[in-house]
Amino acid sequence: MAELTLVEAINEAFHTELGRDDSVLVMGEDVGRAGGVFRATAGLRDKFGADRCVDTPLAEAGILGTAVGLCMAGWRPVCEMQYDAFSYPCLDQLITHVGRYRWRTRGGMEFPLVVRMPYGGGVRAPELHDDSPEAYYAHTPGVKVAIPSTPADAKGLLAAAIRDPDPVIVFEPKLHYRTLRGEVPAGEHVVPLGEARLAREGEDATIVAYGSMVPVAEAAADALAGEASLEVLDIRTLKPLDEDALLGSAGKTGRVVIVQEAPRTAGYGAELAAILAEKAMLDLRAPVIRVTGYDVPYPYWQIEDAYMPSVERVVAAVRRTLEF
Amino acid sequence: MTAVLPAERDLRRVIGDGEAIPDGEVEGLEERDLLELYRSMVLLRTYDERSVVFHRQGRIGTYAIFWNHEAMQAGSVYALEREDWIFPSYRESAIGLLRGMPVSTVLSWWRGHPAGWWNPLDYNVASICVPIGTHVPHAAGLAWGKKLRGEPACAIAYFGDGATSEGSFHEGANFAAVMRAPLILFCNNNQWAISTPLSAQTAADTLADKAVGYGVPGVRVDGTDVLAVFEATRDAVSRARAGEGPTFIEAVSYRAAPHATADDPRAYIDLERVEEEKARECLGRYEAYLRRAGVLSDELAESTRVEAAEAVRSGIAAAEAEPPADVGLLFEHAYAAPPASFAAELAELREVLDG
Repeated sequence: MAELTLVEAINEAFHTELGRDDSVLVMGEDVGRAGGVFRATAGLRDKFGADRCVDTPLAEAGILGTAVGLCMAGWRPVCEMQYDAFSYPCLDQLITHVGRYRWRTRGGMEFPLVVRMPYGGGVRAPELHDDSPEAYYAHTPGVKVAIPSTPADAKGLLAAAIRDPDPVIVFEPKLHYRTLRGEVPAGEHVVPLGEARLAREGEDATIVAYGSMVPVAEAAADALAGEASLEVLDIRTLKPLDEDALLGSAGKTGRVVIVQEAPRTAGYGAELAAILAEKAMLDLRAPVIRVTGYDVPYPYWQIEDAYMPSVERVVAAVRRTLEF
Repeated sequence: MTAVLPAERDLRRVIGDGEAIPDGEVEGLEERDLLELYRSMVLLRTYDERSVVFHRQGRIGTYAIFWNHEAMQAGSVYALEREDWIFPSYRESAIGLLRGMPVSTVLSWWRGHPAGWWNPLDYNVASICVPIGTHVPHAAGLAWGKKLRGEPACAIAYFGDGATSEGSFHEGANFAAVMRAPLILFCNNNQWAISTPLSAQTAADTLADKAVGYGVPGVRVDGTDVLAVFEATRDAVSRARAGEGPTFIEAVSYRAAPHATADDPRAYIDLERVEEEKARECLGRYEAYLRRAGVLSDELAESTRVEAAEAVRSGIAAAEAEPPADVGLLFEHAYAAPPASFAAELAELREVLDG
């Protein structure tokens, strides 16, 4: 075990996975010579060569589209989208091909590619460096979606994504790339896709979160210490969802608050709330409440803190469920 | 071979007109090659014409007609090796027939039956790309990936004139050029994108001019001249195998049929021009060439047509004999290991369907 930042853990996953499987290659804008704008791919080009860590032209649809062809030639490409909102051109390939090609070949061919990107706000950045686009991706059939919240999970989920036979999208909370440190197992470390993590056990209510909102959920639980015992469930994999963990925690506490940074309408939190409405009705002692970003463009950074779900907003939501 | 920059203006052609323009020859093509090309074109033509009838009879769904595109498809595929990969658009839906794919498979695709969805590894023919131009990056990636592995295979991507306006065409062409991927960018310029003429598609003098911007050679060829298409593709393939990167081939033809069975071109087409183009359509031109060369007899022409008609007849019979698809297929093949929810959803669906 070593204590690493979240982005260092990602870098370690790359070094481990490229070392164990020579069909894995990394591609994206500035991932080679520069090692990525956040240094997630630092050292790979020197260690594994320019053919395994490829600086591509500036073309997000082209990156994902050529990755489909690379899969057909036997490679396992890991594509970096430089920022969340820069990934939108690649949605064309994602929706029309990436999520469909295995099905189109009736399982004859595999498309073991990974798309990973830094996501989320709070970093005082220009427009379109702050989005939380996970719902667009999770809505697409044929792909899986993971979002780590800790350095250990950042390493383990990326390793699982690289080894998975299907396309996996990994969103990395860029706010916590360097602000979050944690123990990370050395060497090979795989966190299976589809398993939630009970970040904190509690009795009175459950806060469900993923990625950048897990630390907010934990801070809210801290703030309510002495007042209520809160469980924090880190979903970790949006697709496939660990439904048992969600229903288990809801069944135990009977009260659920869902926190998501993305805009509210048709966000992933709505999916979680719908599952609870369908399958946990009799366990619930209060309405499920969502704390989310607003249905507006991600704001000017001088007022971005007011947009982000805050500890205060989560605490208020939890109190509402407790007092219902 | 050196890069051709700027792109060629003149259309390469081999087949003459039997009068003022003399017939040429393609070096290395023997009589059996000429006849193999002929058989391929007749098979494609027969398949296409019968498919329009099958659609009218309600035996297949909407169908994208490729009449007068046979020379482009047969000529280019003949320049490839079996290990090379073909990335078709819907206009080349039956191109797999030239790789031994059963007629029934392609007809099943147009019937919306799962038997029409083949495994590309069986033929080195990628799935039919329905959205415009989005398969160009796939072909670039496959070609680049083969090169990285040290394998000699190259790839060919087929797309129309309209596709050159798409971002994915640009991104794929640029990627392939930068990676010096062994790729042939084959543009079947039939001068129409449904109802939009080429003049509304681009302000460039020729589509091959676009190649200059990617730093790759642009070649223009008469797309209704199967021998010229073959020769241009063979040149492009040898460049690709020599590590010299992609070539853009603009094969110029004319769409003398509707875009698809669902299209009524009377609102936009130049009927006089269509009649002119029909008079010089690619199969008739090639047949005349072969007869002038003394290679094709009436008997051989007839037996080739009969053979093709029989292949299509048995193909539609086989496609129609496919058992109905089971609804369980809804949930198969989307993932290597389906999520637990799929089994529950299928069980619920069966319960509803079984009443």
